[in-house]
Amino acid sequence: MLRQYETVFIMTPVLSEEQMKEAVSKFQDYLKKKGAEIVFEDQWGLRKMAYPIQKKSTGFYHLIEFKAETQLVKELELEMKRDERVIRFLTVAMDKHAIAYNEKKRREKEAAKEAEEENK
Amino acid sequence: MANQQSSEIRYLAPITVDIKKKKYCRFKKAGIKYIDYKDANFLLKFVNEQGKILPRRITGTSVKYQRKVAKAIKRARHLAIMPYVADLLK
Repeated sequence: MLRQYETVFIMTPVLSEEQMKEAVSKFQDYLKKKGAEIVFEDQWGLRKMAYPIQKKSTGFYHLIEFKAETQLVKELELEMKRDERVIRFLTVAMDKHAIAYNEKKRREKEAAKEAEEENK
Repeated sequence: MANQQSSEIRYLAPITVDIKKKKYCRFKKAGIKYIDYKDANFLLKFVNEQGKILPRRITGTSVKYQRKVAKAIKRARHLAIMPYVADLLK
């Protein structure tokens, strides 16, 4: 069944900028290769975590929204588990309210951006 | 005469009658359908200082949305957006 999912994963802060980008693109490519459609992506950057994970108090957060078959989620999670750079991940199936909420938020962000540019 | 007597009962301090403010579910009122687990500042309204989820009887949230709040907080905790245990969170 085709559904929309949202995955947030945290990478170790010891990675360099390039290593991090490489890790992100690895998962993007993996999803694309398996026939998923990436809807949206967001890089939250280096964030302080609420509690230490693997003795690290910060992490790179990355969010991917994608449309895929149910089976693919399991495979993606296994891939993340095997990757040592990823210290935490969460995949959530989105219902219609979640999709509407995210789209609204994105539109608002864009509108704010446009308004800012107009002010310039 | 009888009237005068009854008016003589006076209180030192005005008696306070508690008018309880009716609690309401903020999600139903505002028409919020989805609770975002990534929004830590919003979820902070539903936990106490130690980071525990507040009961419905305090926040007034309806059963339907209390379940969603709880789920969102638990997801946020997993992603270290919110703490499992905290001290002086607010």
